[in-house]
Amino acid sequence: MSIEVRHVTKKFGTFTAVQDVSLQIPTGELVALLGPSGSGKTTLLRIIAGLEVPDSGSILFDGEDATSRSVRERKVGFVFQHYALFRNMTVFENIAFGLRVRPRKRRPTSHEIRDRVDRLLQLVQLEWLADRYPSQLSGGQRQRIALARALAVEPKVLLLDEPFGALDARVRQELRRWLRRLHDNLHITGVFVTHDQEEALEVADQVVVTNHGQIIQVGTPEEVYHRPASPFVYNFLGKVNLFHARVEGGKVYVGGIQMPLPEDAHPDATTAKVYVRPHHFDLHHQPEGKGHFRARVLHINPAGPQVKVELETEWGEAVHAEIPDERYRQLKLEKGDEVYVTLKDEKVFIDASEKPDSNPT
Amino acid sequence: MTSPIIAEPAAKASRTITEPPLVKWMLIAIALAFLALVLLVPLVVVFDQAFEKGIEVYFAAIREPDALSAIRLTLLTAAIVVPLNLIFGLAASWCIAKFDFVGKNILTAIIDLPFAVSPVISGLVFVLLFGARGIFGPWLIAHDFRIIFAFPGIVLATVFVTFPLVARELIPLMQAHGIEEEEAAISLGARGWQTFRRVTLPNIKWALLYGVILCNARAMGEFGAVSVVSGHLRGLTNTMPLHVEILYNEYNSVAAFAVASLLAMLAIVTLIAKRLVEWKTHRPFQAADSIRQEED
Repeated sequence: MSIEVRHVTKKFGTFTAVQDVSLQIPTGELVALLGPSGSGKTTLLRIIAGLEVPDSGSILFDGEDATSRSVRERKVGFVFQHYALFRNMTVFENIAFGLRVRPRKRRPTSHEIRDRVDRLLQLVQLEWLADRYPSQLSGGQRQRIALARALAVEPKVLLLDEPFGALDARVRQELRRWLRRLHDNLHITGVFVTHDQEEALEVADQVVVTNHGQIIQVGTPEEVYHRPASPFVYNFLGKVNLFHARVEGGKVYVGGIQMPLPEDAHPDATTAKVYVRPHHFDLHHQPEGKGHFRARVLHINPAGPQVKVELETEWGEAVHAEIPDERYRQLKLEKGDEVYVTLKDEKVFIDASEKPDSNPT
Repeated sequence: MTSPIIAEPAAKASRTITEPPLVKWMLIAIALAFLALVLLVPLVVVFDQAFEKGIEVYFAAIREPDALSAIRLTLLTAAIVVPLNLIFGLAASWCIAKFDFVGKNILTAIIDLPFAVSPVISGLVFVLLFGARGIFGPWLIAHDFRIIFAFPGIVLATVFVTFPLVARELIPLMQAHGIEEEEAAISLGARGWQTFRRVTLPNIKWALLYGVILCNARAMGEFGAVSVVSGHLRGLTNTMPLHVEILYNEYNSVAAFAVASLLAMLAIVTLIAKRLVEWKTHRPFQAADSIRQEED
């Protein structure tokens, strides 16, 4: 089932949670709503589910207006952030709930319910937990039971609110891949909310980046990561160093590094903000002939495949760089070293759209 | 003087453990002596006095028509008041815990009003409203409907006094539970009633029962407010506590204590029931076991 959000606005008192948002979600896709907390992503998800009523705008399912349909009538599967399992029921009864509350005519027989629940328990690989209570499960298990419960009513749309938010890092990694595989097998439209960019980029077909109740960018993970629409998106999708660079003769300078001025730059711009990811830097003991700036090594963290190096530039700014482990061994880098910093590639993000006087730095 | 000493060991357990044994035993002795003096001795005296002239006199005092009528009136009042306040308490705590609306804080504060007002005052308020010279008095007289010095007045006053007991038990619990489980239930297709019966009620039932027990005990034992509105008409508007007072004022202390012993027994049963419910609430798995869902 496809979902369309048309000019939806939702306010809570004076706070605008969602502001004139429009969005298309094609059938069968898994879409991530990505944004910092308070960006309105959860509210948008709840509006799609029918748990919140928008102040204006409409929600369309398969092209049909569903705005006035109640939660019950929308037939969406909703997985809550804290799972909201029924604490007074066993895992089995939790999953069976959606079937048991159907009107008598559409309610499956006890036998059918048992079969269906057993199959769902197999799907989430937790058959042996059928008789446990939610309080006896781990976070990851609760999450999967919540998912099974939502799937029991065979929804056309699956909505997940911060599905991995309350889990520890390892379980999160595992469940992410599992959710992706599950989605590929089930072919239902899925929307999940997250504030974790890694999660969004790894799991989703489409990433919708939100901030302050508005959609900033929609695209595939590759698009939003490599062609961010704004400094916010660039910032949000990974670790970033910010430089306040000077603009001279149509070029942007960060120390001795020279970069072309972007096309959308303000004609009178004298300064620009340059965003560089830590792994786009390279470090050298000698000048390399291309543009560089000098810096001093303050701290090195060599644990992991990428070695994290804290630097202080010649003009006193802190810079965070990451270089591959081999490169680090090759350089024999040590604390206190003076190094020459160059850029590996041109994938930096330059924002020179501000007027000169609005940015005194 | 004594109550801080009782509170001490619980609040500062780590320190009291290191106290010399003598101090520890002295504190316990003081606490027990205090309990015996204020709680246990009066209870024993009630029964002692009730049976002073033998078991026959005791039962005669209870079986006397006025006493029977007082017992019947008290039971009837409780039978009407408890369900009323059960429904009200559920509705109020449901709407306070699960919804946001204008005036919610005012409603929450008003629920506590009966606790803040002296029962005698609440009785008087009803007299001022419905009494012969009260605001609605002339209208009621014209329609030949008695509230004050009649059964409806007793019910009204008791409802007022026991008003917060159920709601006060439920509100904190329901607020702590939040509304996610209910939202999950409706997103799975459950209707309002199904959500209430299968999700909300099982989560609050022990607290609800606890509130009902307290409400019942208070409804049967209420003196002040009922005393003002009832008019003390023997055999007509005398509840058990009022009947005890009348008998005592007539120097018929055996009969007074006999009826009082019934109320004391009610108190003991209430305490036991309360303990049982508390014990149940702390064993959620067992609680959950007993309410396995069945077909509609």
